Amino acid sequence: MEPSDTELIAAVRKGEVEKFETLITRYQPRVFATARRYARREDEVQDIVQEVFIKAFQKLDSFRAEAPFEHWLMRMAVRTCYDFLRSHQRNRETTLTDLSDLEVDWLERFAAGPEDNSKNTDAARTLVERVMAQLSPEARLVITLLEIEDRSVKEIARLTGWSVPLVKVRAFRARAQMKKILETLTQEKYL
Amino acid sequence: MDLEKLRQKLIAAAKATPPSDHVPYAFEKRIMARLAAPLTMDVWAVWGRWLWRAVAPCMSVMAALGVWVLATMPPADSESQNLEQAIESTLLSSDDVAGE
Repeated sequence: MEPSDTELIAAVRKGEVEKFETLITRYQPRVFATARRYARREDEVQDIVQEVFIKAFQKLDSFRAEAPFEHWLMRMAVRTCYDFLRSHQRNRETTLTDLSDLEVDWLERFAAGPEDNSKNTDAARTLVERVMAQLSPEARLVITLLEIEDRSVKEIARLTGWSVPLVKVRAFRARAQMKKILETLTQEKYL
Repeated sequence: MDLEKLRQKLIAAAKATPPSDHVPYAFEKRIMARLAAPLTMDVWAVWGRWLWRAVAPCMSVMAALGVWVLATMPPADSESQNLEQAIESTLLSSDDVAGE
């Protein structure tokens, strides 16, 4: 039978460091999926995941077991991703002019008939990635958690450490920011 | 163009394609190796950190000394007299030395 998280954590705290490897193996797929929402390059994703687990190991003594270990770890993962976004803010793409033909085509088809959403989801996906890359770190984080991952405001507050009203304000601003980017995109470009 | 609809459609596209949770081969071993590696100390980083920490105490000591100097300084008039006398005696003493 697999040892529980609590048993593994207790063992690591007692000095059996090698037990931490089981915790990594158990949770790394979730942390990788989270990191891939915010970083595009695989080396950046790996750096984020590594940082999350190293932080978790170093702060394991502060884990109170009031909530599951997974929640505590995911909070650390989200905050590490947010730090990553803030530190790479200057590297964000600043131009929307280099849209691919598929993306342009997708936008044109949307303009012609917004209800038709069956074709070319790849183009939509790359387009949304491009738009998300233009958002501020706060906006990107809140849009990802609230709208893409469908988390509640309360849950986002717990994950980010922001207050509930702050999450609401940032969500409102993030939507406005996203609309503004789309407005620029559709005005400047082909539509 | 209905921007809100466009926004929602793009969000739906992002939702429809969740990121992969693929883990590179033996990634956990890499992290364990990092954790097991002896902690190497960056001397310059430590020095820089202590230097930054020293800024606030140094500034407060400087401010305290400044206040103390200003508080213990004699009034301006006597100082100018003293300075005057000091210059005069210095000049005259050199004259005296030259005369001898």
